[in-house]
Amino acid sequence: MDQFQWLYSDTVKDHFTNPRNVYNPDESFVPDAEGVVGNIKCGDQMMFMLKIKDDVITDVRWKTYGCASAIASTSMLSEVIKGMNIKDAYRIKPSDVAAKLGGLPENKIHCSVLGDKALRAAIDSYLEKTGRPGAFKSDAAVVVCNCLNITDKDIEDAVKAGARDWEQLQEATKIGTVCSSCKERAEELLHEFVHIYS
Amino acid sequence: MPERIVYLDYNATTPLRPEVKDLMIQAMDVYANASSMHEAGRKAKAEIEKARAAVAALIDAGDSSTVFFTSGGSESNNTVFMTMYALAKTGSRKKIITTAIEHPCVLNSATHLKQEGLDVIFLPVDDEGKIDMDVYKRELTDETLLVSIMAANNEIGTIQDIGLITKMAKAKGAYVHTDAVQAAGKIPVSVQGWGVDYLTLSCHKIYGPKGVGALYVREGAPIEPLIRGGHQERGVRAGTYNNLGIIGFGKAAELALAEVDEYGRNIRRLRNMLRDEIVGRIPYVRINGHPTDVLPNTLDVSFPGAEGESILLSLDLEGIEVSTGSACASGSLEPSHVLMATGVGPELAHGSIRFSLGKYTTEEDVRYVAEKLPPIIARLRSMSTVSPEEAVGLTRR
Repeated sequence: MDQFQWLYSDTVKDHFTNPRNVYNPDESFVPDAEGVVGNIKCGDQMMFMLKIKDDVITDVRWKTYGCASAIASTSMLSEVIKGMNIKDAYRIKPSDVAAKLGGLPENKIHCSVLGDKALRAAIDSYLEKTGRPGAFKSDAAVVVCNCLNITDKDIEDAVKAGARDWEQLQEATKIGTVCSSCKERAEELLHEFVHIYS
Repeated sequence: MPERIVYLDYNATTPLRPEVKDLMIQAMDVYANASSMHEAGRKAKAEIEKARAAVAALIDAGDSSTVFFTSGGSESNNTVFMTMYALAKTGSRKKIITTAIEHPCVLNSATHLKQEGLDVIFLPVDDEGKIDMDVYKRELTDETLLVSIMAANNEIGTIQDIGLITKMAKAKGAYVHTDAVQAAGKIPVSVQGWGVDYLTLSCHKIYGPKGVGALYVREGAPIEPLIRGGHQERGVRAGTYNNLGIIGFGKAAELALAEVDEYGRNIRRLRNMLRDEIVGRIPYVRINGHPTDVLPNTLDVSFPGAEGESILLSLDLEGIEVSTGSACASGSLEPSHVLMATGVGPELAHGSIRFSLGKYTTEEDVRYVAEKLPPIIARLRSMSTVSPEEAVGLTRR
């Protein structure tokens, strides 16, 4: 243990200070697929670039605008997915990345681990390119609030648990409390789910 | 281990200065209850009154009986707002004017009164953090009970014209409160010159101990206790006297007053040096706050394309201790309400760092930061999805 305790685990610190597979504009990395999620207005944005052969990720580069845990989690994810089948990579959850990092503060898991979404966006674009659009999509949730990484499923769950208006939905999920650009879309979904569940 | 530790978070809190610490060590044996009639009690009371006079002198209060000791800035501010709530219940004036950039203890007190049915206005500020005087003038009416505006902002350091603000409020018969927690000790403060009814102070921002503050209440201005109990502080604030804290506060106030001009000169020179180094060495930076009406020790800078928490933690690994307006470090998931109020936009608020210098900051410290900061910003920008040019462009309205 360090003589002072750091905010995050030693693994996070290591990946933050020595990130792996960061894209370097001076190298010639020609990706087969790219995906970007997040929004700088929310404080986090991530991009993944993949080289894919026979549905296996052979190499990866990334870029991140975000906090230390955002940088570390993207770096960790980039190591994990090398050599992985795209179908398996598609299923990686934020909690898997957080566990690999030796844990993250609770409030960081939701907002800073966007790497899996960027990865999925990249894989989706690859599937589209190879004539299989949406092949893995069946059970994947769609992110509505990019700032806090809140999905349509989260909204559905909040409505199921009793949220009936925007204030109650915000109370339950904190959706739209940062840049609020998702409000219109989120309210549509809210009304849809309220209609279904009440 | 970093080469050196450079503490640049003096607006968050300050270290105990040795003169104060020495006096407090002696005062540890001043154990008697200052309300007791016996000699030990009277001696403790004399020490407390000496401290009260020093605090009164710091804010040019004239009569020291206008100064009431509290547990700190938050309590002082809450006391004023709850006094106004009591007045609004029975009186005809029910409007409170404050600003969008106040400390959370004022914002949340004001919001509480709004929820209780009072008419509360949060004045907007311009891009340099000055309140919008046109809106202020418009909102100030015969219904206005209180105007509460901070003397200087904790994040961007912008100083408001409290004298003028007070004059305008007085013409409408409103009470005026100013939170001078950040101003005291950094710039001259005069309650008599400004004409305010209430003023808040905190001891730990002026190199004294934590857990003690003060509220100035102009002679004749109404005040309602927040903490009820014994007759301490003439019934305004109950609770056994915090001998040690108050004695420390007195010494800190005495020294702050004696040194305020010299402090201003020295610290302004170092702050300007740091600002010039940053602007000279790092492309695409934005200095937040007012260029001249600003606390001499405060420098708030946005580094578009790099995120604040990452900058803060990278600096921390080099031994440089600062704070950020980024949402990622706030725990609230929202970027600095102060920067957002100045309209810089979330992109620049997320990438902001506050350097607040202090008494013990040296030229070597500034040079160390000037050397360590540029590669940190360059590294984070090189990993970023957005270039600084793009990030700046995004904020153009």
